[in-house]
Amino acid sequence: MSIDIDTARKVAKLARIRVEEADLPALAGELSGILGFMEQLNEVDVEGVEPMTSVTPMRLKRRADVVTDGNIQEQILKNAPDAREGFFAVPKVVE
Amino acid sequence: MTHLNELTIAAARDALRAGETTAVDLTMACLTAIDAGDGLNAFVHKTPELALDMARAADTRIKAGDAPAMCGIPLGIKDLFCTKGVLSQAASNILKGFKPEYESTVTTQLFNAGAVMLGKLNMDEFAMGSSNETSCYGNAINPWRRGNDDTALTPGGSSGGSAAAVAADMCLAATGTDTGGSIRQPAAFTGIVGIKPTYGRVSRWGVVAFASSLDQAGPMTKSVRDAAIMLGAMCGHDPKDSTSADLAVPDFEAALTGDIRGKKIGIPREYRMDGMPAEIEKLWADGTAMLRDAGAEIVDITLPHTKYALPAYYVIAPAEASSNLARYDGVRYGHRATLKAGDGITEMYEKTRAEGFGHEVQRRIMIGTYVLSAGFYDAYYNRARRVRALIKRDFDEVFAGGVDAILTPATPSAAFGLGDMANADPIQMYLNDVFTVTVNLAGLPGISVPVGVDAQGLPLGLQLIGKPWDEAGLLNHAYVLEQAAGFVAKPGKWW
Repeated sequence: MSIDIDTARKVAKLARIRVEEADLPALAGELSGILGFMEQLNEVDVEGVEPMTSVTPMRLKRRADVVTDGNIQEQILKNAPDAREGFFAVPKVVE
Repeated sequence: MTHLNELTIAAARDALRAGETTAVDLTMACLTAIDAGDGLNAFVHKTPELALDMARAADTRIKAGDAPAMCGIPLGIKDLFCTKGVLSQAASNILKGFKPEYESTVTTQLFNAGAVMLGKLNMDEFAMGSSNETSCYGNAINPWRRGNDDTALTPGGSSGGSAAAVAADMCLAATGTDTGGSIRQPAAFTGIVGIKPTYGRVSRWGVVAFASSLDQAGPMTKSVRDAAIMLGAMCGHDPKDSTSADLAVPDFEAALTGDIRGKKIGIPREYRMDGMPAEIEKLWADGTAMLRDAGAEIVDITLPHTKYALPAYYVIAPAEASSNLARYDGVRYGHRATLKAGDGITEMYEKTRAEGFGHEVQRRIMIGTYVLSAGFYDAYYNRARRVRALIKRDFDEVFAGGVDAILTPATPSAAFGLGDMANADPIQMYLNDVFTVTVNLAGLPGISVPVGVDAQGLPLGLQLIGKPWDEAGLLNHAYVLEQAAGFVAKPGKWW
């Protein structure tokens, strides 16, 4: 499976990473090379094998559905590139 | 005379308890070595004042007779661990300036045990790399050189700064993390010991996530005994990590009996790669003989799906990474791109991520995005997870057959030159993980032990792979190998 320029553009869009139009052919080539390497997996007979969901045969532990912390607004906002009046600030999303 | 920064954890612990030295003196010796070692670019954020405060507190505890083994031991911490109030950037520009408001479980446990943090260590960006060349801080440099040749060599990756710092005696030990070999490969490249525990043994809480089903933290140390001591302090159940195992932590150091008589060591035929350097082949044979001489039974084993481990890994790890790294969006922490008038939220995401992530990280996010996208999920991601199940089954069958541990090379070569892979295909770099990545896919514990040097004087390591949760047995096997190999070489100090 080889990745063409349109697919590379689409993948970059889905990944929310800006890629300049001029860089798309190189990206498509790199991604195609890596996917080619992965094609080896098609040689394996996986009939009847379940996809692994957990590497250790353990049940995920459940925890009590209780509040364990809170009232830490200042700490949560401390590293934000733009925080105002107790909120994360972002460019306008709706008109 | 041995300088204090050259001590092992075990020797420092004994000297501290005997009152022959203090945590402050140990810490000062390391801080001096760190400043003298700037040329290796291993420590990227130094915390000398914090270190001395912690050392003074440790000395008080030791005087009071309340001294766990790690009390007063100066450590380097990989930049991937969130440390409260101290820059934690995962070697990425997208986390520029990030000072967590919380402490990872691993560092909390180490500090509760009295360990001293000297600073944060260089690494590949988001732990994606095998040479420490994807770091936003620039390359970390291996203290080892090829004889008198001054070519700068890689310390390996992703825990390259950790490996360089321990090998150059800037700290007594360091934390590392391992998703496909990131503890074991750099340990092998720098002549130190590195263990990746069983998946679930060490809490991942507060460790910047790369591929959550593969990531495990572990110690990088100067000896197997030190690995046992430090691993004990890092392990344990953590309710904040739902995959953390609720199992008792054995006394790993007490397990180092040096007796492996009657144990069965498997030698997997699939690890004998075409084109493997003769030196690696010989090292492996030598290690096998050492374990046989110690009374272990050597058996040939087969792990038939080995060849598919790398392609499966390079589907699964990027898939998980693309999901984990979606959080870096310029909103809650780290870098946000400067926007033009009229730019909306999508432009903010796209520009921020293009500026903040390095090339390799972008590539892996996009591969992960592709293999998870509609129409390809089954063909790539689900197929890779099925192959992963088969890889684990291979190991399960070998252990069910009575094998106690598996011996393999740790790396396909000795440390290579920085820049040597600059024009290589990304796959060439991925091949560094060929012997280690199976262990992550199967969730097993694996340890790299320095066993010899190549013709140019560079260290070479062997890997032992253990049964799930049998770090104690694995460490004992490694201890026997270490004793038999008698590896004592150190890099000549040029830096």
